[in-house]
Amino acid sequence: MKVVVNVFLKAGVLDSQGKAVHHALESIHFNNVSDVRVGKQIVLKLDESDEKKAMEDTTRMCEDLLANTVIEDYTIEIVK
Amino acid sequence: MKVTILQFPGTNCEYDTQHAFKSLGADTEILWHKAEAVPSDTDLLVVAGGFSYGDYLRSGAIAKFSPVMRAVKKYAEDGGKILGICNGFQVLTEAGLLPGALKRNETLHFISKYHHLKVINNENIFLERLQEDDIVNIPIAHHDGNYYIDESGLKELYENNQILLKYCDENGNEKNPNGSIDAIAGICNKERNVFGLMPHPERAMETILGSDDGIKMLQGFLNA
Repeated sequence: MKVVVNVFLKAGVLDSQGKAVHHALESIHFNNVSDVRVGKQIVLKLDESDEKKAMEDTTRMCEDLLANTVIEDYTIEIVK
Repeated sequence: MKVTILQFPGTNCEYDTQHAFKSLGADTEILWHKAEAVPSDTDLLVVAGGFSYGDYLRSGAIAKFSPVMRAVKKYAEDGGKILGICNGFQVLTEAGLLPGALKRNETLHFISKYHHLKVINNENIFLERLQEDDIVNIPIAHHDGNYYIDESGLKELYENNQILLKYCDENGNEKNPNGSIDAIAGICNKERNVFGLMPHPERAMETILGSDDGIKMLQGFLNA
């Protein structure tokens, strides 16, 4: 089973990379961009057929390692 | 006086730290991260600077699961004194031994230069040889030194006098190189036995190299 984890800085925590990318987009004349957030994507291949168990395990992975919940939020998507 | 210095794959300040403490007369030992115990004669445990595990995922994120970290947590709980410098500070926040987190510098640049710091609180073993409002000149060298803590956490740091050092200019006016909240450069835990800072006092031990302001800081630990 493929599991996709997205990690982003929490809303309210300044995303300097997002801001820099936003400015760069404006400098190449994309003036319709109102916000940019830069995060990271972690793709896992799990030897697991039980979706519930996969979700539980991945949540623990995020809480313990994949995200720093002091500054980051995460989303988990199970791809069939 | 025995100083034990942690070494992860990618640590690169362990020998500078050893040299600094040796020059102050301490016995030193470098401890590889696979160790499962902190040597029992340790008076101070230093988590040295560098790039543990190549800073992969986040600075300090993978080091917190090294075998030695279980012993480090126990050592802290038992009141042992721990100093985290730069990447060591990042490791200690990731491990939950210090509050907050270190984000990418606001400018996105790696910053490597001398920077002035103001002593905010000296009621702790680390800074007891300095006075409040003293200004020291200490090198910084980091990419992820932008200290962040949420509003309630920040309030708690102030209430418990856990903020030890802030970035400033040579006259003591606030000057913030990396975007840290309230220009915070160094903190301690509530129990005042775990210390973390981004600047490198072990690199400021000789005037001929720019500053010896680090001596007074590191010496604080030697009289314990």
